[in-house]
Order: sequence, then C-alpha cells, then structure tokens
Amino acid sequence: MATLRLDEIALLLRSFELRLTLDVDRTVALVGPSGAGKTTVLRIVAGLTRPHSGRVAVDDEIWVDRERALPPERRRVGLVFQEYALFPHMTVRQNVEYARRHAADDYLERFRIAQLADARPGELSGGERQRVALARALARDPQVLLLDEPLAALDAHTKTAVRAELHDLLAELEIPVLLVTHDFEDAAALAEQVSVIVDGRLRQTGTPSRLVAEPADAFVASFTGANLLNGYADGTTRVRLDDGTLVATADPARGRVSLAVYPWDITLATEPPHDSALNVIHAPIRSVAELGNRVRLAVGPVSAEITAESLARLGLRAGEPVYASFKATGTRVVAEHEPAAPSAGT
Amino acid sequence: MARRLLVVAYVAAAGIALVFLLLPIAAIFARTSPAHLLDQLSNPVVRDAFVISIKTTVIAQVLILVFGTPLAFLLASRRFRGRALAVTLVELPLVLPPAVAGIGLLAAFGRLGLLGSSLNAVGVTLPFTQTAVIVAVAYVASPLYIRQAVAAFEATDPNLAAASRTLGAGPARTFFRVILPLARGGLIAGLALSFARGLGEFGATIMFAGSLQKVTQTLPLAIYAEFAVNFNATLAMSGVLVLISIVLLAGLHLGLSWQRSDSTRSPFFFGPSSSA
Repeated sequence: MATLRLDEIALLLRSFELRLTLDVDRTVALVGPSGAGKTTVLRIVAGLTRPHSGRVAVDDEIWVDRERALPPERRRVGLVFQEYALFPHMTVRQNVEYARRHAADDYLERFRIAQLADARPGELSGGERQRVALARALARDPQVLLLDEPLAALDAHTKTAVRAELHDLLAELEIPVLLVTHDFEDAAALAEQVSVIVDGRLRQTGTPSRLVAEPADAFVASFTGANLLNGYADGTTRVRLDDGTLVATADPARGRVSLAVYPWDITLATEPPHDSALNVIHAPIRSVAELGNRVRLAVGPVSAEITAESLARLGLRAGEPVYASFKATGTRVVAEHEPAAPSAGT
Repeated sequence: MARRLLVVAYVAAAGIALVFLLLPIAAIFARTSPAHLLDQLSNPVVRDAFVISIKTTVIAQVLILVFGTPLAFLLASRRFRGRALAVTLVELPLVLPPAVAGIGLLAAFGRLGLLGSSLNAVGVTLPFTQTAVIVAVAYVASPLYIRQAVAAFEATDPNLAAASRTLGAGPARTFFRVILPLARGGLIAGLALSFARGLGEFGATIMFAGSLQKVTQTLPLAIYAEFAVNFNATLAMSGVLVLISIVLLAGLHLGLSWQRSDSTRSPFFFGPSSSA
C-alpha cells in the first residue's frame, strides 16, 4: 500500500497555526473539536489550499513542497466532502461519469446505486448521497482517499448502518484513507489509527484502544469519552478532589491533576457498596439519556453508562440519590485539563 | 364596525395600487386594435425604429455577455484589495442620470473626447452612428447584468467547484460544466433585466447617438419623435414594446426560479431594481 506523507506542513489559520507531520499508510482518523483545522488538512492534501511550508507526498511523488504545488486535478486524490458536494444539475450517472467517462456502470453496481442512475442528487436520501459521493471519488481511481466528516450529515438512525457499510468498504480498499471527524466513536469504529488534533497540533496518535487506555492528556481523555475529576495529588495514590472527596488511584502523582474515569467503569447501586476499596460518589441522578440499549446517567460530577436492563432492575429515576462507584484501577491520572481557548473556523 | 371599515379601506388601497399599475398598459391596447397594430408595422418610421432597436439591443447584449461575464466571475470568486469598491463602481452607470451618461460617453468617445483622437486616427467616428447606440445601450444596461451575474456566481457552492477540481477537471472544464450551469438561472435573469433596460434606453442614446431615422432612431426615440405627428404610430410602437417587455418579464422569472432550484446555498439575492 502507498503511503501519504504530510511532512511539517504549516499554515496560519485565523486564531492558531496549523502544524503537523503525519504518515498515512492505512485508515487513519484525524479527530478533534470543530475548528481544530481538520478540514484544512484535507484541503491541503487535495490541493485546494496551499500550506505556507512543508511537504505532502505520496510515496516518491511530491504533491506540494516549497518549490511546486500540483493543482488538484493533477493529484490522484478522492475527496468526499462533508455535505458530499454532488453536482445538483447532473444525474447520479453523470456525477460518476464526471470523474471517469465510460466506467460509471461498474461503480454504480458496486455501490448499489444502479437503480438511481437517472435520479438527481436532490431526490436522494443521506445514505444514498454518500454512496454516490464515494462512487464518484473512487471512480477517479485515487491513490489516496479523503473523507470529511463522513457521517456528520446523516441522521442517527441511518448513521449506524452507514458506519458499518463504510467500515467494510475501507477494509477492502487498498489505498491510504485519511478521514476527519469530531466524533471519537466514529473514528474508533472506522480507523485503525486515531490522531487527536486540537488547535492545529497533534496531541496523541495511536490505536483507539490505546488512546482510551492511556490518554496523553485531559483533553484526549475527555474526547475519548472519559469523565474528568480535578483535584490535588500529594505524591501518594490519593487524590483530594476539589469538592473534598478523597479518591484512590492506581498510580502515584503530585500536584494538580485530572482523573479520567470512563462511564463504563462506573457501577451504580441504590445501597452503599460493601467493598471499602471502591471510590464512591453519593449524589442524586441529574439526568437519564438512552443511547440505543445503553443508558447514560449523570450522577453528581460524573456520567455513568449502564445497560437498559440494569436501569430497569435498579429502578433508577432522575432526581433520586444513587451510589456511583469505581475501582482505583478504573482511574487514569492525566495532566490537568486547561480550558480550551475559544476557536473559530476550520 | 370600525374593523369592517378598515378591511374595506385596506382592500380599496390595494385595488387602487393594482389598477394604477395596469391602467396605462391597458389603455395602450384599448386604443390600438391588433389589426391597427399590424397596419402600423408597415409604417417605415415604425419599421426602421423596430429593426434598429432589436439589432442594437441584441448586439449590445452579446457584448455585455462576452465582456461582462468574465468581470462578474472575477468579482464573485476572487478576494482582492479594492474588490468592494470595484463592485460599487460597476453599479455606478445604474444610478447615473441617463443624460449624464450621454455626456460622459461624448466626453470619452466624442470627436473631441478623451479617446476621440485615437479613434479618429484609426478611422472610427462613434457619435451619431448606430455603433454609438450600441455603446450607449451597453453602457447603461451592463451593470444590471453584471450585478445579477455576480450574485449568481456567489450563490454557487464553492465546494462544487472544489469537488470538480479533485475529480480531475481543470479550471476551464470546472467553469463550463459546473459553475456556468449552476449560475445559468441568475445569468438569464440578469440578461432579461439588462435587455429590458437597453430596449428602453432613451437619454444616453439621444445625447450620444442622436435620433436619426434609419440610423440611430430606436423605438423609444421614435415614440418621442412621432408623438406630436402621428399618435397612432406611437401607440403601435408602445404596444410592441409592452409585448416584448412581457416576454422579458417571463424570462426574468423563469431565470430566477431556475436559480432558486439549482442553488444549493442561500436563497437567491435579488437586489433593488433600478430606475430606468
């Protein structure tokens, strides 16, 4: 498989400088909050935006460096836009043929949109539009595929099905794929490697499970879905939280720290737990939100995730007090979360 | 009771406004039967003016299209210093009193004008020729097309042009296959507006081109010239202009509805219309 190399690319954006180095030789997800510069990275690779410095290359072919910049039409790159950017005045077939003449049928068949060949994009559902956009991008026979928030334009119902479809497709493709998303769950579902980007800089790169197991900082932890508890560590495995609660951790630390606790590591009970080794938070349930067959409850400073079954068995309701407990080994000590600067634009 | 009175007054006001707008047009046709209208078309003054009007306006529209479209696209797609000023200046002929436009054209292209001697040197004399009519029409009518075209190009989603480039199309193919078809409704609307403005052109034309029958006398100029001589002829010419205007109005609305249905972005911007 080819390798897409982003080497020290730099570009001054409105409120920060984008600066990163990244190798893409499989499916890589660039995750970060909106305005982190994710879309700009894709535009630089596609040739729609030129970086101030740095180099983009696919294997030995240089796409942009200090001296030259290939225009987008001379780079074999497939870019699927967030809103898909299908040509509204052309049929599905014409959209695909725009990328490559006389080969539309293969791609229409492959993406199961042959029956939509004569439809206009305006008549399609979100999932169908995405298939057309993918067919069109791949009809160009790209060396690299770029996906901008591939699931953001879909409603929650379609999203799960499309995500599974997209996962299978990406597994089949033998080209590097760089996708950007603000949703860690989507990234974890689609990509083998995840890079977290904030304010134009990479914070951490690794497999999704590694990011969850060892978040590099509080931002990565909270981005991967962890609760953050701020407090003060005195050099032992005890952390005094800001509200006074004493929490046991697995690793000793000193100074201001954040504790990352994942919602699925928290157990809920209506009675105080007998195991004194557990950290316990006793607080009323602030809210109950169902996510498919899982339920997310906000309890005091944390949110916990349990099955719908457990919720029914425990008879938990918003407003009632509950015991939320988690093991010392369920916590990860990370540097304290700095409040993120308000950022604008991408 | 007071409420009913208010409703009556409201409906009456709306009715008066509508009648006021339609009555003059109805009156033209009330006083010319279709047979009479056809009869007057064989009147040489009417026929000459009709031919000159259509010929000069069509040529002016072609020039506006060929030169105005690149300017409009440039103003819509590039961000450069002084762009806002350029957009405003383009609209200047629109608000200029037509007589002032005529003087300006004379001062620029007249025998003693800025470019007059250069034009003379290559054997071109503009004022009081049919070419002068075309120049005057193009000058006063082009801003209507250009501003509409700028709005139409601005309304096309830049991501579609970007998508076209990543799919292997160069800038030219992108323009003709993606941008132009998407802006087409707005361009047609702009063309209809500027055609109507050009057809009705009076002030700048009479100053710069004069009103010579068979040479520079367009329909509006002929209406003015025949007004005291042959009122029936003026009615016939007015009738012709009304019919053409109705066709142009239909074209304008067709263009606007196309633009709306094709535009993937904000609703189409249709600015304040000019005083002709």
